[in-house]
Amino acid sequence: MDIYLEEMMDHYKNPRNKGKMKKADLILADSNPLCGDELEISIKLEKDKETVKEIKFIGKGCAISQASMSILSENLTGKKLQQIIALKNEDLFELLGNIKLSVMRVKCALLGLKTVQKAIIKYETEK
Amino acid sequence: MEIKNKTKNRKPVINHGAKKDFPLLNKKINGKEIVYLDSAATTQKPFSVIKAIENYYYNYNANVHRGIYRISEEATVAYELAHKKVAEFIHCHQEEIIFTKNATESINLLAYSFQNSVLINDDFISLREGDEILLTIMEHHSNFVPWQQLAKRIGLKLRFLEIDKQGKLIIDEKKFTNRTKIVAATHVSNVLGTINDIKTIVKLAHKHNALVVVDAAQSVPHMPVDVKDLDCDFMVFSGHKMLASTGIGCLYGKRELLEKMQPFLFGGDMIRSVDCENTTWNDLPMKFEAGTPPVAEAISMIAAIDYLNKIGMKNVRGHEIELTKYALGKLEKINGIAIYGSTNAEERGGVISFNLQNIHPHDIATVLDKENIAIRAGNHCAQPLMRALQTNATCRISFYVYNTLEDVDKLVKGLEIVNRIFTISNKK
Repeated sequence: MDIYLEEMMDHYKNPRNKGKMKKADLILADSNPLCGDELEISIKLEKDKETVKEIKFIGKGCAISQASMSILSENLTGKKLQQIIALKNEDLFELLGNIKLSVMRVKCALLGLKTVQKAIIKYETEK
Repeated sequence: MEIKNKTKNRKPVINHGAKKDFPLLNKKINGKEIVYLDSAATTQKPFSVIKAIENYYYNYNANVHRGIYRISEEATVAYELAHKKVAEFIHCHQEEIIFTKNATESINLLAYSFQNSVLINDDFISLREGDEILLTIMEHHSNFVPWQQLAKRIGLKLRFLEIDKQGKLIIDEKKFTNRTKIVAATHVSNVLGTINDIKTIVKLAHKHNALVVVDAAQSVPHMPVDVKDLDCDFMVFSGHKMLASTGIGCLYGKRELLEKMQPFLFGGDMIRSVDCENTTWNDLPMKFEAGTPPVAEAISMIAAIDYLNKIGMKNVRGHEIELTKYALGKLEKINGIAIYGSTNAEERGGVISFNLQNIHPHDIATVLDKENIAIRAGNHCAQPLMRALQTNATCRISFYVYNTLEDVDKLVKGLEIVNRIFTISNKK
């Protein structure tokens, strides 16, 4: 049962930072068309406009997509946008405790990170 | 294989006998045999099919319809025999069977051929702006998107037959009008297993001179099908869903219609004569089989049909009814399960869709995979149907000749594990 480790299940059932912000600096929704996993993230920045003050997400989908977003969100507060952009897939897998994911499920796990990174790219280009 | 009567009251069930004919099902992964419950996606292959393909490549690999030498003749004879086998299997003439890549390509062939016929203004079909294509809401995307796109290209309207709460098709007579030109319907739903009343659909369609295209990808492999009895104009199905190789599909069409239709793919083999300005088409079925065809794949169809005929299609159907009945009985006892479609196994194919609590089907499939149980999870290429069922995705199991009652028992145990994992964390 390695892939449904206690911690993942805990985050799935009790997601951290779940919700929506009224005055967010970055908002983006994305989905995984194959599975139908959905996420919408909102981020509030510090006054410097480059550090994450708060992150929230709403979404539905499989345990892996939702739990990995929850775990990721706990690790983004206080991070600079450029640091987040630089995060690699392997960095996320490490956060998830390097659980074994099949090729098909990797996309679920990555949805959160990809959505956050897309939101930052959108924010930077529209700035 | 052997066919056993388990008890006097039970219909024949092909017992473990069939499983031993399928090498992959006898392989152990992590010390466990695979429980394969995804035959609606593709079936496993028996030794005889694998051997037939091997034999072609070892002993008479050559292009067909060309060479004046022994192995090419042998290949040609076998390739043509494949048409004959398929024709006999669904009760039509040999020239009425066209080989394609798969059922999807067969439907695309029709959609493009219809448009080509309209473009050159022949008398085969008239499709004017505002004319209608009637589909069912339970179509697989392959019998949906080609028609939707054809409609967009030439300004046709799409209309739909809906389903009731049991997943049964509502054949609403009012939806068949004089503007209905094409009716495309699946014979058996790949999600719900619903068996549609094609004969009634055909009668209503023909009353308005509409052509009927039947997607038989989930019926021809699983039950006796007689195209002449159904009287549909076209029927499509795939080889890989009936024990044969991937890369071979079939299109049945009534001869008088195929003769009038314009080809879709142009090239070698489909022509009779070519000059700089014009080309005349070859006879059926070659007119629609441009280029070097899938010879090995066609030969695999011979072996597949021989295998199925040896069991007998009535027995294949009976076997699946028994498995479905047994599975429905076991599954409905599982805590938190919601089963889609009819609860009467006689009314449905060997396909069962379900959801468990609010656990995402991909999570269920992943846990089952750890137990070496292969099921399908997702929208099953039927997003309009998923919307009609008000869900994003379902788990789907589907049976074939090699499945056993023990496979169902293993699935049930697997689903109990799923429930355990997700309930434990619920309590936290």
